[in-house]
Amino acid sequence: MHGRLIRRLFGSVMTGATYGAALLAILPLAIILAMLLVKGAGSLDWNFFTKSAVPVGEAGGGFAHAIVGTLIIVGLACAVGVPIGVAVGIFLAEFGGGQLGFVIRFIADVLNGVPSIVIGIFAWTWLVKPMGHFSALAGGVALGMILVPILARTTEEMVRLVPNSLREAALALGYQRWRTSLQVVVRSATAGIVTGVLVAVARVAGETAPLLFTALGNQFFSTRVQGPMAALPLQVYAYALGPYDEWHRQAWAGALVLIMLVLVLSLVARAVVRGKRQHA
Amino acid sequence: MTPPPTQPAAGRAEAERAVVPRLATDALTAWYGSTSGVRDVTLACRENTVTALIGPSGCGKSTLLRSLNRMHELVPGTRVTGRVLLDGYDIYERDVNPIQVRRRIGMVFQRPTPFPTMTIAENVSAGLAIGPRVSRTERADIVEHALKRAALWDEVKDRLDDSPLELSGGQQQRLCVARTVAPEPEVILLDEPTAALDPGGAAHIEELVQELKREFTVVIVTHNLQQAARVSDYTAFFYLGELVEVGATTKIFTTPTKPQTEAYITGRFG
Repeated sequence: MHGRLIRRLFGSVMTGATYGAALLAILPLAIILAMLLVKGAGSLDWNFFTKSAVPVGEAGGGFAHAIVGTLIIVGLACAVGVPIGVAVGIFLAEFGGGQLGFVIRFIADVLNGVPSIVIGIFAWTWLVKPMGHFSALAGGVALGMILVPILARTTEEMVRLVPNSLREAALALGYQRWRTSLQVVVRSATAGIVTGVLVAVARVAGETAPLLFTALGNQFFSTRVQGPMAALPLQVYAYALGPYDEWHRQAWAGALVLIMLVLVLSLVARAVVRGKRQHA
Repeated sequence: MTPPPTQPAAGRAEAERAVVPRLATDALTAWYGSTSGVRDVTLACRENTVTALIGPSGCGKSTLLRSLNRMHELVPGTRVTGRVLLDGYDIYERDVNPIQVRRRIGMVFQRPTPFPTMTIAENVSAGLAIGPRVSRTERADIVEHALKRAALWDEVKDRLDDSPLELSGGQQQRLCVARTVAPEPEVILLDEPTAALDPGGAAHIEELVQELKREFTVVIVTHNLQQAARVSDYTAFFYLGELVEVGATTKIFTTPTKPQTEAYITGRFG
């Protein structure tokens, strides 16, 4: 009787501890969100989304140039990073059993750990300097380079989750290796791969450091990828460091928009997975 | 590969004796690294018969089955010695493409393996995607014919474009049978096809095996002795990686010659 009481007590204490730990883990997110809402929501109006920056002292003005800039730069990053990253991931999962797979996996892991500012410097050295000017293109490539190793590993995980029995069934039908991989295995892993892409894109959308020496930022609305372009994180960075209260308010609002963007991408990723599960 | 030798129009009994078996093994040993899963098996499967491979777990019967359509070699570190003759020609010859072998020798696995991203109809025609081009109407005909042969047509004819995952386990397994017969193989290998099914689903598959042997040569691995007795014409008993005894099913189950066979079928071990 006594032993049972202790056991139950211990169980309750440990359950409580895990709940506590979980709360502690999501507490920062809750605080950040609350903070952004309090400080930023007030400055969110129609102008914020439709107008670009205005000279100091003038009323109004918004982040439209930065929002569009982020969309363009992230789009460029996807164009560069998604095909390469996903292809490498598929290779690793399907054919990466040997020495080459080991080496590529190792490189991807190292690349994953490289600070993003180093990627920025790399893009500056190889793109900005030869071209002679900052550009959204260089920014997109820098973000794309961050995407590649993340996607390679998540795609590999997702493709590996496909049961081997499906692979065997296709091979037993007389499918070639490559056809088995692409038409049966990878197709079965599509939802997982898409989720991985969305999560990775959400991550790089918030990157600031690689854009500092590449896209540079821009006070004006621009869609020219060969030239400097504004981006949400850059604009937030610039405004947050500025001396004006109006800038600070807009920086908060910009941060709120950025985090909402990331949140929406993550939610879409969840929905993709759930939709697939229901189907399955 | 060479076409099967044509038969002389002799008397039926004589023709049967003279016929080259559809599928035969000759001193076949399947290796995992330096250990053998199944050793020195010589076995012949005649056309339009069902051969059952029985024996306790780990006796090598599944390994043998997987060697018959060159699936065994897909596991790294495995190899096969000896010969497997399909219509008298060794499928392990250098000039033979394993892809072609697997197109002629179909296989159904223990667990139903419908392709989840394809519709029911697409699953059935999946094996046609790699053969010569067929028109849309031809394809529809082949799908219907295959589903009828798998005794599934009536249940799915109104939902051919649905996901196969909405089918029951037994229906999924019959779908896999349809997918296997659609490209018109010569031999069908069944690897414990009812082990993951409920009794009703299993009964369906057993009936199906009887139908399949009219058109194909069937080899079935089973853990279920009653099933072997019900569906097969010939039975081969394996023990510890060796073929102990093979013969007509009625003989194996009534008057086996080897003591191990008798012990196994009377339920004394395994």
